[in-house]
Amino acid sequence: MTAWTDHLLIAPIIVPMLAGAAMIVVGDRWRRLTVTLGLLSTSALLLLAIALLGLADAPAVQVYRLGNWPALFGIVLVLDRLSAVMLFLSAVLGLAAFLFSLGRWHRAGVYFHPLFQFQLMGLNGAFLTGDLFNLFVFFEVLLAASYGMALHGSGVARVRAGLHYITINLVASLLFLIGVSVVYGIAGTLNMADLAMRMRSVAAEDRGLLETGLTVLGIAFLAKAAMWPLGFWLSPTYAAASTPAAAILSILSKVGIYAVLRIWLLLFGSAAGASAGFGGTWLLAGGLLTIAYGSISVLATQSLPRLAGASVLISSGTLIAAIGTGRVAVTSGALFYMASSVLAIGALFLLIELVERGREVGADVLAVTREAFGTGEEDEEFGDKDAVGVAIPGTIAILGLAFLTCALLLAGLPPLSGFLAKFAILAPLLAAGEGAVPATTWVLMAALILSGLATVVAMTRAGINVFWASPQNRAPRVGLVEILPVALLLALCAALTVRAGPVMDYMQAAAQALHAPGSYVQGVLAVPPGEPGGGR
Amino acid sequence: MELIVSVGIGVLAGSGVWLLLRPRTFQVIVGLALLSYAVNLFIFSTGGLRTGAAAILAPGEVGSVTQYADPLPQALVLTAIVIGFATTALLLVVLLATRGLTGTDHVDGRERER
Repeated sequence: MTAWTDHLLIAPIIVPMLAGAAMIVVGDRWRRLTVTLGLLSTSALLLLAIALLGLADAPAVQVYRLGNWPALFGIVLVLDRLSAVMLFLSAVLGLAAFLFSLGRWHRAGVYFHPLFQFQLMGLNGAFLTGDLFNLFVFFEVLLAASYGMALHGSGVARVRAGLHYITINLVASLLFLIGVSVVYGIAGTLNMADLAMRMRSVAAEDRGLLETGLTVLGIAFLAKAAMWPLGFWLSPTYAAASTPAAAILSILSKVGIYAVLRIWLLLFGSAAGASAGFGGTWLLAGGLLTIAYGSISVLATQSLPRLAGASVLISSGTLIAAIGTGRVAVTSGALFYMASSVLAIGALFLLIELVERGREVGADVLAVTREAFGTGEEDEEFGDKDAVGVAIPGTIAILGLAFLTCALLLAGLPPLSGFLAKFAILAPLLAAGEGAVPATTWVLMAALILSGLATVVAMTRAGINVFWASPQNRAPRVGLVEILPVALLLALCAALTVRAGPVMDYMQAAAQALHAPGSYVQGVLAVPPGEPGGGR
Repeated sequence: MELIVSVGIGVLAGSGVWLLLRPRTFQVIVGLALLSYAVNLFIFSTGGLRTGAAAILAPGEVGSVTQYADPLPQALVLTAIVIGFATTALLLVVLLATRGLTGTDHVDGRERER
């Protein structure tokens, strides 16, 4: 605890907290100062995340003991590869959404910037903490900020969706608390690493109760991750939220996934004794149902924001099902998929507003209705043949290209990282089984491929409606600061594709560490230097 | 005492869930409040129920966990109360906003057509 790099671990929590607090003091009057602070904070977070990505790429986990108390008495922050990847994703998405908001959204209501910073603080804290109760606290921080973000800009639709969102998340938080207290009552600890140690030695008559507690905890996480049937809140909320808020909210569902990944693999891995693999089938089944529900809603939806919401559902379902298979290679594929889909969905949410800007309100519904019933407008449209020669405006071309890229990424079509990610999940599913491949594997493969097909169909339909068949399509006015974040996110996806080898190696190392949590447990529980006779 | 506490938690949680499923926003918020009371009591009880136990050891006393109440659930419940209070207050504001914007106190923001 002497080198200055050790303190980098807590910086992703401290930086946005201080920035947010300073912004409240500054207030909305000096907006330029607030924006500068936000820009500094989000870029610093990105740099920090890159530094931590490097720092985490080591065999031992990085542990930060607050006040240098040993893990069982004090609070610990733990950094491993998974945390670093999540920090990086949230930092990238944070920077993109922040830049986008400068276009006009940050003026739509008060305290957008402080809330945004607290949101990032909660996200980073949830990814770093090594303690169940702190996980709850950081969940509440990020949720409290997200309530404000979801309502940003006000309006009937937002408030109506926000009411449901807040209520459901409050109930989920109560479930979280019940789970935490049952776990504490039985195991006597809330430190995740210590809990993993004690999983083996839990008395047989208490094991059922402990598993029940962890199941309640899991329900709370899966409600955040929007697993079917806990995820009906997601589409309306995300569709109603203002654009930058929706982009940053889209990583919120991944916090649930992260918690499941972390805790399920830590506590119910092969070292867990009698509880090993507990609930894996439920995760697999729930993930499959979520994929099915997401695919159906992607096909059924008539508006672009809801389409993006349904893509979040598909992505969540894919991840939950992949985790549920409980294999190292599949998990590493899933991590790659998570990186690719978080970036792509974030870009899609930002893109939607730019695309919709040039269109009349309700044009989506109109387009689908026209498709189904025909309104006799065809003659009119074929009338003006001169229109063929007119060049597409530059903005529309760029937006169209970005939309196409998003579609390819989300559907998992070659040549982009979406395809690589799905391949990385599917290939080990088939390769691992010596002899007969179990039926669930076939179902998962079918679900992944069919969900890709559903996404292609839906995105193609939406793309045709928006870019080709839209009546009186005016070129939307798009500022550079708004298209830049989209380009940033998509360029990162392209980078993921080009540098897939090293990234996959990193993800594989992360997945291996998750499936064999010995070094995590030892790293956290080790007695800190300069603390004689710490530990128990 | 265990019976009284568990029945109390059960009644609170049961009424809370029932109210939560009602169509009026005010009932929902009261339901949430009752549920959070139930959860807070539940957290408190995970430390073990005992009467007259000291929170910390008296000076000079040789410690054993059987003599004093477990302080950790008390710390947890304090945090949970604060957070629950704040979020419920926030929900109350949203509730009022919904009432103002939609003109109805139905949770869906519109009355169901009969």
